[in-house]
Amino acid sequence: MYDMQKLAKLVKELEDQLVCCMRCGLCQAVCPVFAETGRETDVTRGKLALLEALTREMLKDPVGVGEHLHHCLLCGSCAANCPSGVKVLDIFIKARILLTGYLGLSPVKRLIFRGMLSHPGFFDRLLEWGACLQRVFIKPADNLLGTSCSRFWFPLGKRHFNALAAVPFHSLAGATKTDSGKSGIKVGFFSGCVIDKIFPAIGQAVVRSLDYHGIGLFLPQSQGCCGIPALSSGDATAFHRLVRHNLKTFASEPFHYLVTACATCTSTIKKLWPAMANGLTGEEQSQIRGMADKVMDISQFLVDVAGVDQVFPSRKDDLEIVSYHDPCHLRKSLGIAEQPRKLISANPRSFFREMNEADRCCGCGGSFNLEHYDMSASIGKRKRDNIIESQCSTVATSCPACILQISDMLSQAGDPVRVRHVIEIYADSLS
Amino acid sequence: MIDQSILREFQAIVGGENVFHAEAYRLAYSYDAAVLEQVVPALVLRPVSSEALGQAVRLCNENSLPLTVRGAGTNLSGGTIPSAGGVVMLTTALNRIVELNESDLYAVVEPGVVTAKFAAAVEAKGLFYPPDPGSQAVSTLGGNVAENAGGLRGLRYGVTGDYVMGIEFFDPKGELVKTGARTVKCVTGYNLGGLMVGSEGTLGVFSRITLKLIPLPSARKAMMAVFDDVLKASEAVSSIIANRVVPVTLEFMDNFTIRAVEDFSHVGLPTDAAALLLIEVDGHPVQVADAAARVEDLCRLMGATNVLVAETEQERDKVWEARRAALSALSRIRPTTVLEDATVPRSKIPEMIGSIERIARKYDLKIGTFGHAGDGNLHPTILTDRRDAEEWKRVEHAIDSIFEEALALGGTLSGEHGIGRAKSRFLEKETGRGTIIYSRRIKEALDPRNILNPGKVIGG
Repeated sequence: MYDMQKLAKLVKELEDQLVCCMRCGLCQAVCPVFAETGRETDVTRGKLALLEALTREMLKDPVGVGEHLHHCLLCGSCAANCPSGVKVLDIFIKARILLTGYLGLSPVKRLIFRGMLSHPGFFDRLLEWGACLQRVFIKPADNLLGTSCSRFWFPLGKRHFNALAAVPFHSLAGATKTDSGKSGIKVGFFSGCVIDKIFPAIGQAVVRSLDYHGIGLFLPQSQGCCGIPALSSGDATAFHRLVRHNLKTFASEPFHYLVTACATCTSTIKKLWPAMANGLTGEEQSQIRGMADKVMDISQFLVDVAGVDQVFPSRKDDLEIVSYHDPCHLRKSLGIAEQPRKLISANPRSFFREMNEADRCCGCGGSFNLEHYDMSASIGKRKRDNIIESQCSTVATSCPACILQISDMLSQAGDPVRVRHVIEIYADSLS
Repeated sequence: MIDQSILREFQAIVGGENVFHAEAYRLAYSYDAAVLEQVVPALVLRPVSSEALGQAVRLCNENSLPLTVRGAGTNLSGGTIPSAGGVVMLTTALNRIVELNESDLYAVVEPGVVTAKFAAAVEAKGLFYPPDPGSQAVSTLGGNVAENAGGLRGLRYGVTGDYVMGIEFFDPKGELVKTGARTVKCVTGYNLGGLMVGSEGTLGVFSRITLKLIPLPSARKAMMAVFDDVLKASEAVSSIIANRVVPVTLEFMDNFTIRAVEDFSHVGLPTDAAALLLIEVDGHPVQVADAAARVEDLCRLMGATNVLVAETEQERDKVWEARRAALSALSRIRPTTVLEDATVPRSKIPEMIGSIERIARKYDLKIGTFGHAGDGNLHPTILTDRRDAEEWKRVEHAIDSIFEEALALGGTLSGEHGIGRAKSRFLEKETGRGTIIYSRRIKEALDPRNILNPGKVIGG
């Protein structure tokens, strides 16, 4: 039996935030998971009610609550539409940490987060071996999309995925320190795991764009994960280790802005690092505030700071039609929507065309995709349908996790649409 | 807990995957949007066909299981809070628009269709379904009919009940009752549909609803009138209507709400104004231009210090953004938001607003008032923290006083939120003993085992 009184005391910490939900139920209109299942336990109001019930000792089954809590993409659609401004993501992540602390972390997750992810050097080498060995297990699926699929059902099922790059970005680029050139601006580049290990070309496009604008670059080796996978599984220990590692890695060189090309990394550093800094030292907390103030999405940086504003009036028929998917962590978390569209239009060979529901979640949700693939794919199918309806030949986005999900959907459907990062489209136009 | 053999019967009827009895599922259907105590049901069912719905109702009746139908659970009077040991019947899987008839201007829908999705499907055909309750983005048509939901357009276009042409519903024994027709006129049999509208799930379980559609008006114009005195704003409302102009929407905001909205969304509202009227007229472009000009003149004549007419769609959006932000802005001030809807004849609005201000002072509470001035349906919104027992006591006294004031002014307990559990104890005060007895006799005759949403509306 569980000690529900003890758990109630733990969850009580969230009470002041929980009580702000007025149960209006408007989150039902925007939640991608609720749209699939129609279940109150899948929508934010229901999850908040479950947490509140824990504080009032109305429940006996914390495991059930935990499962419902994890049946969520953490996309923030609800928070962006909440009339009473409930800080949903803060609550959900803190609740996951509390429940994980109470129920314990699964052995598999413990091994991944604490044994691998929070040791960035080891993690890098591990995936380098993985990149060499993966051909035994996977075979190409779609050349245009660059996807592969498993030769065996286990462990990736029917997914079509982008395989590990033969050489990761950090090896291709090497440690870099260049002075602020004509711009007088210097940035730190936080590459993020998925770009480093699967999509090095995105990282290279970032470097090329910064170089073109005369921006100085600090690219330290041995960067760690931003910590979101650990955090969303409720593992504060691994999260704090990673934050500490990254603080140290980026402390050796001054820079004006910290750019990333990953919406999730940007939003994690900007919002979750400061929000979840409890337990770190005062000095670390002030370093975190510095990083959070400086962090910017690459398109936001190029448009708002570097001043990219050249928008080509595209009318010709021979142009590539490009549509754009808004990553939740960029648009809903940080309100960035205009800048990536501007970057696409800044390439004279691309014609931008808006798709329907561009800001609807693609269904990836990081570990949600691993744990609830069918649901994730069903949500992704709606994104795929909107992409196809737009009749674009390339769909761009600003988050490598969205790229993985969208590539999977398009590849399985056999659609001839390329998936690219906006920075790749922009970098293509630079000579 | 529910008996295992009954559970298996429910599983056979609606399918095992649509029967929820785990603790967490049941808890998630123990509340709605009203600030009331939760009641955890014994079972939650989600029938996916009309037939299954009817059979599930019958099984509830045979086993005397209290049954509460639930759509989106946005009820503001506790009408969807179930009974202890009872069943929650979800309509969310019964969400098809069965027919949308452009020649005869009607639609047939299942009860779980979401109001805004329906309205959009209708508009895509150039037609119009006007009822627009505040929760329309998620609320269901079944719930709208059961509550006779209103909305911002009530003044000109009426409420949900005005669009109900027919209802098919199950009685407690699972017999299908058909009432109304697809025709404009229908006097066949008792008007049982009329009995169902606003019955809050206590008299029947809807299976299909036939709704009236009208042509979509081709033009509209919005404006905002600023007043330094609530009385003048209210006189402007009466004067507009006395001059035979019926706007689609005629909304009121008091100073407290104006300041809250401005703090929250910085849309540039005059924070020193005593009241704002937000007005929209619609119809044929010529008629709209004429009506808008008359409304503007009348507002000025009645003492508006300023009238801002929206000349573009963007300006129109700005006017309505202020109104839409009202509840959000108020609800962020304190943790708990109690949204009331006591309604008075529109000429009594100044007195009602005065009373609400007095009540707020007397019980030392924050109350913002906004709402549908055109139809006397105000939303005094009490901002509080339900965890504070002492303050909550004052809130309860204030709610009682608001009801008493509304009744003393010849008004009614609820304009559009329903009676549910929250207001049933006040019903006799408004309607009299005879009405309660008569209503209870109807309930007893139609639902002898008292399984249909017991305790709601008429208490007991």
